[in-house]
Amino acid sequence: MKFAVIVFPGSNCDIDCYKAVEDTIGQPVDYVWHTATDLSSYDAILVPGGFSYGDYLRCGAIARFAPVMNEVIKAAEQGKFVLGICNGFQVLTEAGLLPGALLRNNSMKFRCHSALLEVVNNNTVFTNQYSQGEIIDIPIAHGEGNYYCDDETLAQLKANNQIVFRYKAGANPNGSLEDIAGISNERGNVVGMMPHPERAVNQLLGSEDGKRMFTSILNAWREQHGAAVNG
Amino acid sequence: MAQQLTAKEPTSEQIADQRIYTQFGVTDNEYELICGFLGRKPNYTEIGVFSVMWSEHCSYKNSKPILKKFPVTGPKVLMGPGEGAGIVDIGDNQAVVFKIESHNHPSAVEPYQGAATGVGGIIRDIFSMGARPVALLNSLRFGNLENARVKYLFEHVVSGIAGYGNCIGIPTVAGEVMFDESYEGNPLVNAMCVGLIDHDKIQRGVAKGVGNPVFYVGPATGRDGIHGATFASVELSEESEEKRTAVQVGDPFMEKLVMEATLELINSGIVLGIQDMGAAGLTCSSAEMASKAGNGLELYLDEVPQREEGMTPYEMMLSESQERMLFVVEPRHEAQAKEIFDRWGIICAKVGKVTDDGRLRLFHQGEEVADMPVQALVDECPVYNKPSKEPAYYAENGAIDTAAYAEVTDLTDALKKVLASPTVASKEWVYNQYDYMVRTSTAVQPGSDAAVVTIHGTRKALAMTTDCNGRYVYLDPEVGGRIAVAEAARNIVCSGAEPLAITDNLNFGSPEKPEVFWQIEKAADGISDACRVLDTPVIGGNVSLYNENAKGAIYPTPVIGMVGLVHDVDHITTQGFKSEGDVIILLGETKHELGGSELQYVMQGKSEGRPPQIELATEKKLLSGVLEAIQQGLVASAHDLSEGGLAVALAESCISGKLGADVNVTTSLRADAALFSESQSRILLSAKPEQAAKLTALLTEKGVPNAEIGVVRGSALTLNINGKPGITAPVEQLEKVWKDAIPCLMK
Amino acid sequence: MKATVYVTIKQNVLDPQGSAVQGALHSMGFDEVGKVRIGKYLELELNTTDRAEAESRLKAMCEKLLANTVVEDYRFELEG
Repeated sequence: MKFAVIVFPGSNCDIDCYKAVEDTIGQPVDYVWHTATDLSSYDAILVPGGFSYGDYLRCGAIARFAPVMNEVIKAAEQGKFVLGICNGFQVLTEAGLLPGALLRNNSMKFRCHSALLEVVNNNTVFTNQYSQGEIIDIPIAHGEGNYYCDDETLAQLKANNQIVFRYKAGANPNGSLEDIAGISNERGNVVGMMPHPERAVNQLLGSEDGKRMFTSILNAWREQHGAAVNG
Repeated sequence: MAQQLTAKEPTSEQIADQRIYTQFGVTDNEYELICGFLGRKPNYTEIGVFSVMWSEHCSYKNSKPILKKFPVTGPKVLMGPGEGAGIVDIGDNQAVVFKIESHNHPSAVEPYQGAATGVGGIIRDIFSMGARPVALLNSLRFGNLENARVKYLFEHVVSGIAGYGNCIGIPTVAGEVMFDESYEGNPLVNAMCVGLIDHDKIQRGVAKGVGNPVFYVGPATGRDGIHGATFASVELSEESEEKRTAVQVGDPFMEKLVMEATLELINSGIVLGIQDMGAAGLTCSSAEMASKAGNGLELYLDEVPQREEGMTPYEMMLSESQERMLFVVEPRHEAQAKEIFDRWGIICAKVGKVTDDGRLRLFHQGEEVADMPVQALVDECPVYNKPSKEPAYYAENGAIDTAAYAEVTDLTDALKKVLASPTVASKEWVYNQYDYMVRTSTAVQPGSDAAVVTIHGTRKALAMTTDCNGRYVYLDPEVGGRIAVAEAARNIVCSGAEPLAITDNLNFGSPEKPEVFWQIEKAADGISDACRVLDTPVIGGNVSLYNENAKGAIYPTPVIGMVGLVHDVDHITTQGFKSEGDVIILLGETKHELGGSELQYVMQGKSEGRPPQIELATEKKLLSGVLEAIQQGLVASAHDLSEGGLAVALAESCISGKLGADVNVTTSLRADAALFSESQSRILLSAKPEQAAKLTALLTEKGVPNAEIGVVRGSALTLNINGKPGITAPVEQLEKVWKDAIPCLMK
Repeated sequence: MKATVYVTIKQNVLDPQGSAVQGALHSMGFDEVGKVRIGKYLELELNTTDRAEAESRLKAMCEKLLANTVVEDYRFELEG
């Protein structure tokens, strides 16, 4: 299984995502520059955190028009796995791959700390190694992670089981609607989340609860490609 | 030579006749010297260039005699003071690069941008050496947090640090914040950056090879920050608020691109010399690069990318627009260098060439507009041995007996008051705004004695801290200077690391005042002593003088930034108690030392008397004993005793570990002194019961006084003195007091 | 031609910056202040003389990049 980590000018969690893929599942992974026009050789695409284009104008607004995004959209349409983390989540909403938007934290401040999440939907390619309702410890680090969508969209998210992660009740760090921390598209192959699973893959650094997101992805891919993998 | 470039600029004659040079801080005598070096009167551009190169900020003309005191060499030091940052060997062909720098005056005027550009500047110092920046720290001082202006400064300085560090993707892992009236109106904002480098990649700021092209990279030059270096070398005044043009605006996104492109350029192996444009921008970088190579430099100012129209040579040379670098390559590598910067979308312009005549010559619109000897600019500024005088307060304080204070009897209440004092209180409000986890290497997060950052692909890690208690330094500069280094080393050792070296940021008042100069001299003596005894040479630093407010000089605050090496990640130790039943051991001796203490500040509302004393040989024994015990795996937790003494250290170990403790202290001292004295060379350890005997035996053998004082147990801190009740409080309650203090004040 | 573009958070979407400024104004004694909304103001120079074309292209700029219509409203003025 081959991973791409997209690099926009100003991405700064690209290295962490790359290392996390190497350290958790040991699959091949490449940095892919924002100008790339072909993602056909990749099975999973990680859109990392950071401050793409300085987050000037609006988080993710400029990155969304980078040449590589047409390919990310194409890959999503083909059913490949796309995971946007933090700024990557913001880019995916700006690109229309995920509904809603991320507003300023209600505290008006950047917040960085460990956060407890509830796995709301463990039936996705990104979460199949967690149990339903499990509480996991994945850190956050963002200034604009306050998820918002209109009522109609929210009803759809719920009806389609698209809410993947929620902040643990009473511990919402940013004021997001219904404690939403991460969502998927309708098809389930695109997920965006504010918390950073790639920062939670080593107990020495505080938590390894993020590891299973990566093993979930590999597991899902192997199930889909069972015949090919096993020969 | 052109006498006058635009009608607006004064002529050489006018500069001389009207003594216009004095507006730039150049004295009559210095002006005469400059005329001598030039063999004529300087024009406006030249006097501008000389004035910044001869400012305290660039020339260290007032502090050079002081800096000579510091030990700067050691077997592991690969590069000492003089370059962008110092470098220390950490084995396996790797080295650590670090430096601290102040941005006090810009932050006092425009706190967000002042702090942000301070962070940006220190990061450039690190990556211009060829190192990958891996961590940021900051040391901040503000006035009393009850004051509205102080709140404003504090809030925006923290946002500025966060805004820059978070965006560029370098974790802000540690630091300290202290509050005292002394810093009102003149906050201290010192930023430190730590980087990693392979030995063979180390770069120098030299303009090598006559005929080689000189390149400018980074955003275009505007009129921002003109005369920032001079601004840093005068006292802040009422007009400073008006001087907003002297504060630059930072663009961390641009710096991220410049950093990545620069590191790629350096890794390509074609760079001959590189330096960032910091204070005094193009002037300082070009003059220093030429000087270090023993060469000259020609700059063609029409080629300098310009953001604004009609910029004069004076403005271009003195602009402090941010995120710019200067580098030299051979002509055959020009295209390769340009390709790298093009790919990152960064302007790269050939603006000059290396010459052999030892002169800095500037050309603009077909005319030579300045011609100055490089050595005169860089090395010939007169050095001043300022008069020094012991201030009256020093003798007066010697007569104050802190043992005469009425005894504090409600010890639980006293502990809560001290925990709620903003200097001691939890700084979560601050560091939760910093991304301290990006780069996924932060093993010990902010809020500990020292932060620990792992080195990917090895078992090693770096421990880092900043320290300085300005009250101690004020009360006795020499002792305070020693303590600043010793406390930093203690923090490093408590985290499981071997102290390597320091960088220092000497924040003082005006050196024109003999009493201030005395503080500088004495503090430097103290720092030097401690660095010699503790084997931590000074590998670089920064001097910030003229920190004054309406009431006079700030507390002398020589901030020590120290880095240590954790030889194996298994040695990483934190301050929180670990398990029920662990034995608590207090190392060192407690004396009645409340001068300059937090208890004194909270209860008496002032800092007076003599600060705690320190014996460096004792400190050295303590540090080597504790490090060995940690490396042998005998220590569960370690916490340095500092502000608030034993009571605060115990509370913090309980809070961090989410565990209680039953403690009984046997002492001949008054109870309040036993608990809140800030005697030096003390550490609080805890150990598994089965290892306690081995641990105390090792410490005793190493000559470290130690006493078992209690056990980790339950969910409350219960502390008796000679068997009599002293402090009793649920840990949750203490945690609340400690954590809520700053958020409450900032609401 | 010169265009000025105003981007504001939609009326029904929480504007935390606006709320914070409102709170600050109240604490300073400006009690008459009701709701505060904070937005962005952009100045654009357009190399065109065709007003109708400028309007339609500005609309496209706002929809595609300058505003996020999920949470933001926009309006613009043309001069010259």
